[in-house]
Amino acid sequence: MAEMTYRDAVARGIAQEMERDPSVVLVGEDVGSAGGVFKATVGVFDRFGPDRVVDTPISEQAILGAAMGAAMTGLRPIAEIMFSDFFAVCWDIVANEIAKTRYMTNGQVSLPLVIRSANGGGARFGAQHSQSVENWAMAIPGLKVVAPSTPRDVVGLLAAAVRDPDPVLFFEQKSLYPAKGDVPEGEIVDELGTAVVRRHGKDATVVALAAMVPRALEAADRLAGEGVEVTVIDLRSLVPLDVTTVATSVTETGHLVTVEENPRLCGWGAEVASIVAEERLFDLDGPIVRVTTPHVPLPAADALEDAAMPTVARIVEGVRRSLQ
Amino acid sequence: MTELQDQRGRGGPASAARGIGTAPVGAAPIEVRTSIYKMMVEMRDFEKRAYDLFLQGLVKGTSHLGLGQEAVAAGFAAAMRPSDYTFATYRGHNHTLARGAPMAAVMAELMGRQAGLMAGKGGSMHLTSVAHRMMGSYAIVGAHLTIANGAAWSAKLRGTGEVAVCFFGDGTTNIGAFHEALNLAAIWKLPVVFVCENNRWMEYTPISSVTAVAHPAADRARSYGLDPVLVDGNDADATYAAASVALERARAGAGPTLVEAETYRHGGHSRADPGKYRPEAEVQAWLARDPIPLYRARLAESGVDESVLRRIEEAAQSAVDAASAEAAASPPPDFSLVEADVWADGGSSWRR
Ligand SMILES: Cc1ncc(C[n+]2csc(CCOP(=O)(O)OP(=O)(O)O)c2C)c(N)n1
Repeated sequence: MAEMTYRDAVARGIAQEMERDPSVVLVGEDVGSAGGVFKATVGVFDRFGPDRVVDTPISEQAILGAAMGAAMTGLRPIAEIMFSDFFAVCWDIVANEIAKTRYMTNGQVSLPLVIRSANGGGARFGAQHSQSVENWAMAIPGLKVVAPSTPRDVVGLLAAAVRDPDPVLFFEQKSLYPAKGDVPEGEIVDELGTAVVRRHGKDATVVALAAMVPRALEAADRLAGEGVEVTVIDLRSLVPLDVTTVATSVTETGHLVTVEENPRLCGWGAEVASIVAEERLFDLDGPIVRVTTPHVPLPAADALEDAAMPTVARIVEGVRRSLQ
Repeated sequence: MTELQDQRGRGGPASAARGIGTAPVGAAPIEVRTSIYKMMVEMRDFEKRAYDLFLQGLVKGTSHLGLGQEAVAAGFAAAMRPSDYTFATYRGHNHTLARGAPMAAVMAELMGRQAGLMAGKGGSMHLTSVAHRMMGSYAIVGAHLTIANGAAWSAKLRGTGEVAVCFFGDGTTNIGAFHEALNLAAIWKLPVVFVCENNRWMEYTPISSVTAVAHPAADRARSYGLDPVLVDGNDADATYAAASVALERARAGAGPTLVEAETYRHGGHSRADPGKYRPEAEVQAWLARDPIPLYRARLAESGVDESVLRRIEEAAQSAVDAASAEAAASPPPDFSLVEADVWADGGSSWRR
């Protein structure tokens, strides 16, 4: 067991898969000898060389088109979109091409590819470099959507994404890059679509993703001080969505709170809430509460950004509201 | 403006590829040329029938016909190896047939039937037959140039000698993806051939009125370190020759080629559009340069017997008749297909 940052876990996960399978390639802006603008691919170029680790021009459509064409002809590309906000300039390739091709061709074409991207706020980068866009991807049939919260999960879920026969969008939360955690030695391969219960309590179910998981855990600590015991579920993947783990917990606690970094409307928590309302309504003993960023672009100033994103205090307050 | 290697109107295949940068290629063997003629006649008959069936309400939705542009699809397909990849647009019926996809399956796809190439799940604009290396027809202008690059990149990494050939219209040269794709192909020296079928019109707007240069593809080639290549897209010998040179260059590791083939669509943009916005004199001038009678006369001059040509024409008619009947006899797709094949496991489940 070694302690490792979330950022180093990305490089380790990529290297693990490139070592195992010669058809895995890495492509994106500055991913090569520069090691990535977030230093999340350091060492990969030195180890696997310029044929398999390829720097590109600032051409997001060309990057993802290359990944798609390579995936349909025998490679398993890992493409990087530097900031997830930049999906907006290549969304055609993601939403119209990659997501739909297997279906439109009646299963003729497989696209085993991963698109990694630095996602989310907390770095004071302002409205065009801070968005949480997992829900953009979640709305498109044909895309799997993963967002790990710990270094160990980065390695295991990245491996699962690379080995998956379908396209996976892999969101790395940029404020978590320096976060440390224990990562076991040896090969780690996780399973997509499996949530993890990070803390167990009988009073309420708090469901969170990526950077909101450590905040939810902190909120749980505080609530425990008041005698309220909450379960914290790390969703880890939005598609496939582990409904079973969430629903089972709601049946036990009778209360559901989602903690989402995205702006309010159509965030992933709305889907989770609607499923629980449809399937577990009579197990609920209070309103479902969604704690989200308000429906605004993220401001740049640290004080404003901190006020916009869900805080520990707002999560605590959300749980109390659900319990009233 | 850059000096173009103008290959138009020089007739013979020996001259057609002049100036592309390698030794001029000789005329294709006569069997290849008769096979090109056969392909063109089949495409023409197929497209006319597709139009009739559209007017009868049997072909639904939309379709974009390649009538008049057959010499591009046939010339290139004849020069390609079976292992090469085709990427086409929504105007892709010709390109799909040219790679050998069964005519009945293509017609059934247009008609939304179970026997369709994709069992009706893609439709006219997304014809795909991976078994024939027809890697898809793409309906968002420009996207597939970037995807063709990926197939070429993969071929290069895997060392297979395969080439990706990507067809698109003149209007496509003004979207960002075109420029991203050309630059990437050039810097990575990819085995890819980009073929602009310049039919002078986007949908209803003439390309010249919205483009900063006279030759929308060829005049952009230099920006990507490529030699401009302009070819008579209504002369199948010329397209075959240009294709042979470009494919050879790609296989030799010398990188991409951007070909502009000048041609014309005989009909409107799509569906039942009569194309009335085009000046009558322009339409007439291009109809007089219809690639099929031109090629027929050329083959006859080269000694191909009239009876051989007539047999090709009769066989094409029978093939289209049989394909249309087979397609019409197919039932609609099974409803289970609605929720099939979103994922590799064959299903569409998003939850666990
Ligand atoms: C990105 C995008 N913009 C607009 C359209 C609508 N559209 C479909 S075909 C077409 C004209 C394309 O012209 P061209 O590239 O010359 O091809 P052609 O139809 O002549 O073969 C347009 C504007 C589209 N499909 N995709």
